[in-house]
Amino acid sequence: MAKYECPECGRIYDEEAGDPREGFAPGTLIADFPPDWTCPDCGVRDAVDYVKVEG
Amino acid sequence: MSATHAGNLDDGVEAIAPDWKDGKRYAWLLGLAVPLIPFAAYLLVELTGLGVFWWFGPAFIFGLMPLMDKIGGDDTSNPPESVIKWLENDHYYRWCTYLFIPIQYAATIFSAWMWSRGTLSTIEAIGLAVSLGCTNGIAIADAHELGHKREALEKWLARIALAPSFYGHFMIEHNRGHHVRVSTPEDPASSRLGESFYRFLPRTVAGSLKSAWHLEATRLRRAGKSPFTLKNDIINAWALSIVLWGGLLIAFGPKIAPYLLLQGVIAFSLLEVVNYIEHYGLLRQKLEDGRYERCQPVHSWNANLVASNVFLYHLQRHSDHHAHPLRRYQVLRHFDDAPILPTGYAGMIVLAIVPPVYFRMMNQRVVDHYGGDVTKANIQPSARKRLMRKYGSGGQGGSSPSSSVPSAA
Repeated sequence: MAKYECPECGRIYDEEAGDPREGFAPGTLIADFPPDWTCPDCGVRDAVDYVKVEG
Repeated sequence: MSATHAGNLDDGVEAIAPDWKDGKRYAWLLGLAVPLIPFAAYLLVELTGLGVFWWFGPAFIFGLMPLMDKIGGDDTSNPPESVIKWLENDHYYRWCTYLFIPIQYAATIFSAWMWSRGTLSTIEAIGLAVSLGCTNGIAIADAHELGHKREALEKWLARIALAPSFYGHFMIEHNRGHHVRVSTPEDPASSRLGESFYRFLPRTVAGSLKSAWHLEATRLRRAGKSPFTLKNDIINAWALSIVLWGGLLIAFGPKIAPYLLLQGVIAFSLLEVVNYIEHYGLLRQKLEDGRYERCQPVHSWNANLVASNVFLYHLQRHSDHHAHPLRRYQVLRHFDDAPILPTGYAGMIVLAIVPPVYFRMMNQRVVDHYGGDVTKANIQPSARKRLMRKYGSGGQGGSSPSSSVPSAA
């Protein structure tokens, strides 16, 4: 479980918490996101672009 | 919300601007003239006794705005990097976009009242519908600015600004569809070389609607929900339109219906003609892994005329917008070497509605942008043969445009 950050807009995805609005239950790994998922805030970056952050 | 964001867009940049003054700070208030168009039409009719002034809206966009662009001249100044954070966080600029909306609603209600009174001739009532359509069309530029922001309030204000044109699905499709697929053949809102506005219009209207629904349905299905819920951002945006249009029809009677419909069609057509010019013929190349290259400044058309910049909230600094969609309008930058249109968006709209003139102004420009290699453009399939015959001989000459422009990152 880790946190990931969009390199364009700084949006954070926390695997432990999931993302209910996007339909990702707590514990969903970013590696398991659907391949066509893109950052919902900026639309510029995809899941594979998200960068692991500390903490 | 478990998904958050880390700080501001430009962390580490000084938040205080000591000496820099924003030359356009108070000019942004001029944007509020747009929702006043129907009132201005009324005043001009009253002052002159000439009913033709109910058509003031199109005269403003297609006449006055290009004229003001001629007089106002270029606007290539950028805020220095050191003030970006401070400028982003100055709420004055937000209020300029918020204030648009109550005036826009007053104009919509005023127009409905005018149609209901029966004092206008049919041609005058149509003129008022076209004028109000201009207001509610440029309101989509205001909604566009607000809809890109993370703040829930601004996302709701965007929906409210889109309600009069019944185009609430735009916010979904634009942010999660258009921005993702911009300047690719897959994007319904990116126009192709050799595609006329009249061919583009039904493609973008139908394609954007279909894509918006697909995006929301997919999101809700992941959460185990049916798409038929008020949690669907398309449905809750359309609900606002139903409340507004329903309320107006109840208050002013069914005879305003054709005018209400007409102003909506004018409004979204105005948005779509702007979509038409923003990425005409531009194409992101496919990378080895099958993904498209990331959207760069070379993938949008820009204009830098001060008047249309002010009335459209820097929408014409389109390359910076696509590279950094969350940037607020006041900090968007001009890039010297990004693709530049021959005139401002307002003037380009006039050209776009006459396809032969538009093609003559733009096709060579697109080919030149690709160093003479027309195969690098986003080409209308039915026009491919003809365009290859006309432009296909070049290709080895000019420098690669993708290497000469600042990176989006």
